[in-house]
Amino acid sequence: MKKSVLLGALTVAGLAAGAAAAGTLDDVKARGKLNCGVTVGLVGFAAPDANGNWEGFDVGICRAVAAAVLGDPQAVEFVPTTGKTRFTALASGEIDMLARNTTWTFSRDVDLKFTFVGVNYYDGQGFMVPAELGVSSAKELDEATVCIQTGTTTELNLADFFRANNIKYDPVPIETNAEAQQQYLAGACDVYTTDASGLAATRATFERPGDHVLLPEIISKEPLGPLVRHGDNQWGDVVRWSLNALISAEELGVTSANVAEMSAGTDNPEVNRLLGSEGNLGEMLGLSADWAKNAIMAGGNYGELFDNNIGENTSIGLARGLNAQWTEGGLLYSPPFR
Amino acid sequence: MTTLTDPPKASFRLSMLIYDTRYRSMTIQIVALIGFLILIGWLISNTAQNLADLGKQPSFGFLFEPAGYDINQRLLDYNSQHTHLRAAFIGLLNTLLVAVLGCITATILGVIIGVLRLSKNWLISKLMTVYVETFRNVPVLLWIVFIMAIMIETMPAPRAFRGEDPAATMKVFDSVALTNRGVYIPEPLFSNSLGNVHLFGASSFRFDVSLDLVAFLVVLFAGLYASFKIKQRADRMQESTGVRPTTWYLRLGVVLIPVAILFAVLGFHLGYPALKGFNFKGGIYMRNSLIALWLALSLYTAAFIAEIVRAGILAISHGQTEAASALGLRPNRTMNLVVLPQALRVIIPPLISNYLNLTKNSSLAIAVGYMDLTGTLMGITLNQTGRELETVLLGMGIYLAISLTISFVMNWYNKRVKLVER
Amino acid sequence: MSDISYVRTEMLAEQDPPATSVGAIGWMRANLFSGAFNSILTIVSLGLIYVVLSKILPWAFSPTWDATSLRECREIIAAAGGGGEHGGACWGVIRDRWVQLLFGFYPSELYWRPILAFVLLGVALAPVLFADHVPAKMMRFSMLYPFVMPWLLWGGSIWVPVGALLGFVIGYAVYSVVTNTMSGLLGIITGVIAAVVWWMFLTGGFSSILSGIAPLELDFVDSRSFGGMMLSLTIGVVAIGFSLPIGIVLALGRQSDLLIVKALCVGFIEFIRGVPLITLLFVASTLLNIFMPPGTNFDIIMRVIIMATLFASAYMAEVIRGGLAALPTGQYEGADSLGLNYWQAQRLVIMPQALKISIPGIVSTFIGLFKDTTLVSVIGLLDPLGLSNAIRADAAWNGIVWELYGFIALMFFVFCFGMSRYSMYLERKLQTGHK
Repeated sequence: MKKSVLLGALTVAGLAAGAAAAGTLDDVKARGKLNCGVTVGLVGFAAPDANGNWEGFDVGICRAVAAAVLGDPQAVEFVPTTGKTRFTALASGEIDMLARNTTWTFSRDVDLKFTFVGVNYYDGQGFMVPAELGVSSAKELDEATVCIQTGTTTELNLADFFRANNIKYDPVPIETNAEAQQQYLAGACDVYTTDASGLAATRATFERPGDHVLLPEIISKEPLGPLVRHGDNQWGDVVRWSLNALISAEELGVTSANVAEMSAGTDNPEVNRLLGSEGNLGEMLGLSADWAKNAIMAGGNYGELFDNNIGENTSIGLARGLNAQWTEGGLLYSPPFR
Repeated sequence: MTTLTDPPKASFRLSMLIYDTRYRSMTIQIVALIGFLILIGWLISNTAQNLADLGKQPSFGFLFEPAGYDINQRLLDYNSQHTHLRAAFIGLLNTLLVAVLGCITATILGVIIGVLRLSKNWLISKLMTVYVETFRNVPVLLWIVFIMAIMIETMPAPRAFRGEDPAATMKVFDSVALTNRGVYIPEPLFSNSLGNVHLFGASSFRFDVSLDLVAFLVVLFAGLYASFKIKQRADRMQESTGVRPTTWYLRLGVVLIPVAILFAVLGFHLGYPALKGFNFKGGIYMRNSLIALWLALSLYTAAFIAEIVRAGILAISHGQTEAASALGLRPNRTMNLVVLPQALRVIIPPLISNYLNLTKNSSLAIAVGYMDLTGTLMGITLNQTGRELETVLLGMGIYLAISLTISFVMNWYNKRVKLVER
Repeated sequence: MSDISYVRTEMLAEQDPPATSVGAIGWMRANLFSGAFNSILTIVSLGLIYVVLSKILPWAFSPTWDATSLRECREIIAAAGGGGEHGGACWGVIRDRWVQLLFGFYPSELYWRPILAFVLLGVALAPVLFADHVPAKMMRFSMLYPFVMPWLLWGGSIWVPVGALLGFVIGYAVYSVVTNTMSGLLGIITGVIAAVVWWMFLTGGFSSILSGIAPLELDFVDSRSFGGMMLSLTIGVVAIGFSLPIGIVLALGRQSDLLIVKALCVGFIEFIRGVPLITLLFVASTLLNIFMPPGTNFDIIMRVIIMATLFASAYMAEVIRGGLAALPTGQYEGADSLGLNYWQAQRLVIMPQALKISIPGIVSTFIGLFKDTTLVSVIGLLDPLGLSNAIRADAAWNGIVWELYGFIALMFFVFCFGMSRYSMYLERKLQTGHK
């Protein structure tokens, strides 16, 4: 008899959770919450604090999208995902978008049927070694023990790199960054390899960061970006242009401090279109006119997000590098708002 | 006189399916079967539709594509150009390796601890109780990460062995290196090696068999068989004459001398590990992930086995021990000859289920990066190909096959040693 | 009388036993140093205890309770004279995060709800676990508890659990009416159908109407906010609760003479017991949504609970089967001779006894499942172990290892040890009853 309660409860739960088949945008609006997949924990990119509030660079993207769609940056459910569960969570509709330093690759885009809406961080796989080893190039790492964080493209890049250079290595696959760091610091591996941003973030938390060097080789391209399911173009557009709004805002000098003032109207027509005082871009997306303003208010423009979470003034201390605006020699280049 | 009345005509009514006990059980079974088939059909149709929506075709073709990743611990040759199937096979062997090692050590430890827990020595029995309770009441996953962390943090890194005045040195006449990457021990080498035999051609399950090992095993077992025959002869002589000939040197010689001759012919020597470059080279390398997993599974399961052994010993009625004492047997011979053989029958069934648990728990290897079946097939392969359905189902099928095999073999053994009761 | 011998005529005062066989020394001789082998064992173990304690104690007594980051801990330890990487524990992380390790992300102003739920769990279990000391009337509360607990934990309108409860009432009412007028089997069938119809189609309307009239509700808490120890407990308790009835059905099925039913039950039990829990959790995290009708989507914790329930029910079935097998055949025959039919015999004679002897087994199944809930960290749920990774991803605590593991281990130990002690107490009690 109680078995039927289970089935009954499941049915109710199933109905309550709603159908994922309808437009994601409508779903999110109806739910009043954005379900955003993030990592289980990576310093600077996403981690819960003591009160359970998620913080970090990827988290900032989620909050910006929530603010654009729902007007409230706090209206986000963060769903921690592992390398294994993230794609299923997205494909099954459990999350609306995934902002979990996920590399944009051909097979993920085409074969796994996801749409990468852009790149929020240009990264590449690098190596970190203790300075005392005296290694200056990754090609000197013959027979070294290499700690890898699994569940990413890292293993494949590494296998390719060592095979191409015809040197041997001993891979130690590790699930989480925290454990990889522990093994590396104790000398259980000679080298730690993952995305260069992750390496820098990890090194920043060491007791003596100066004792460790990042090798010059960057062995892969890792464009990390938010992604959504294939086939829901409206929702894809919302996430894509929320990201672009943050990038454009930095280019146009719109910050969280002056966005309220600028949204009243400025001399720059592109700023006006972005912030909704001119044109009807928000309406085209199916959002309110002040969507971009809300997104920028949530955590600031791209540059502010970067500086507050992973930039040089934080303990992580990443330089902008490739992630500077195209006007400053970086790769960030948002299509125009018109 | 009795009047014979015909039994009522067996006219079949539909309600008989429910009320007639002859048909009722059939009805219930058919309803259950139909319900089950409907459930399966429902699941399959859902799956098919969902996969179609996602644009995926269930297919095992990916197993034959290059895996693209490397595996650190491999019992057979493997590189990143081999197929996913080969990678899964390597992982399966690693699972079996740690399961077998774990079962052996867990049994040894468990028996010792279980017996010591009954020791009259207060300190020892309390200490063993503390051990059993600590290990039983903390999740095994926690033990695995804990022991891994202990190994990593307390053992010296290979670089500590370097330099004029190294912080760490090799143990046992410079032949064993304990590092936080694992343990290096000397390996047996043969200068006149017989070579290998390659089996299974180019398939994903191909492997080489060392003829040296085969020769060693053949000689060893032949020696053991001869030794067993000598023992039987001694037993017979003891039974007929009452005098037991001294045969231990003969029995030992029959085993050891042929093996020694074989080793001499093959040019046996030990290969010692030595620090070269980043790592130790040579010798047998047991990784820290293997050791941590092996140790954690053994220690955890040993706590359960100890309880089983203790319960088994306590289940033997006190009269047996007293009878043995009355026969003049000393306590340890009482234990070996009277109590343990009887306790074994009580012990074996729960022991089997603990072996099964250990094998299943070895899937937690994923927590320390030991590349077992969960780490390869259901880990990196799943991540890289995105074939959740195929990999998880295949993995479950393999685990199921292992479990069923173990319980089949063990049940067969159990039937053989079982007391034949009236 | 010749005085050839000396005969003592008065009693000597009783002598104390030699100092070596009484008191502390005597006890030590008897229990620690009886023979060379035992003496060696004692000395070796004393040495072992000393080595372990001398490593752990100085580390554990470390004045770092108020530190707010690992860096600060290191400064405090360095100031106190401890050096090196492992000079002392950094307890600040526990002070900072212990609430999170217990409750996860559950809203802090609502902590009373899970606390109350688990206290009430104790109350509900009391009549089962301590049958001698608690009035049997308390069983009524135990019957209600499965409806109270989800409401307290997840919140929402009170009319949803009331509606679910009404399903049972309706089912039972229909069953008794039909049984009295027609037959028993038909009664069961119609009763189940009535209850299912109620749950499927009418509960929703019922609860929304009543919520409109009398909006008695608690704040809804999403199951994603569950975490830490509370998540482990919730998964464990709910899965065991649901697995009990399923396990009974499976055990009966496995014992039955009906070939197909038996084969299905054996197949299910052996399949679940033959695969590691982690693979079932992979199914929960990656496949369960694929198996459900398109569009169904319930959250990961619900899916984990489903798989944990299936997992536990296979083990539960074996425990109950053991209980059934331990029952003397006379009980079955006695029930038959009273003219009870199968279900009556099960309900009135067999199950009450079989379940009673199965309680220790059920408790140890629960302990096993509770410990196994740590595996959910592998699929990204934030149980204590998963949270420890998330905490280590906080820049302030990056690099902490032992303190978190130690704290989590201690929490699990306290729970499991308590339960296993209870189970042993019960086993002793039951044993004396049967011998």
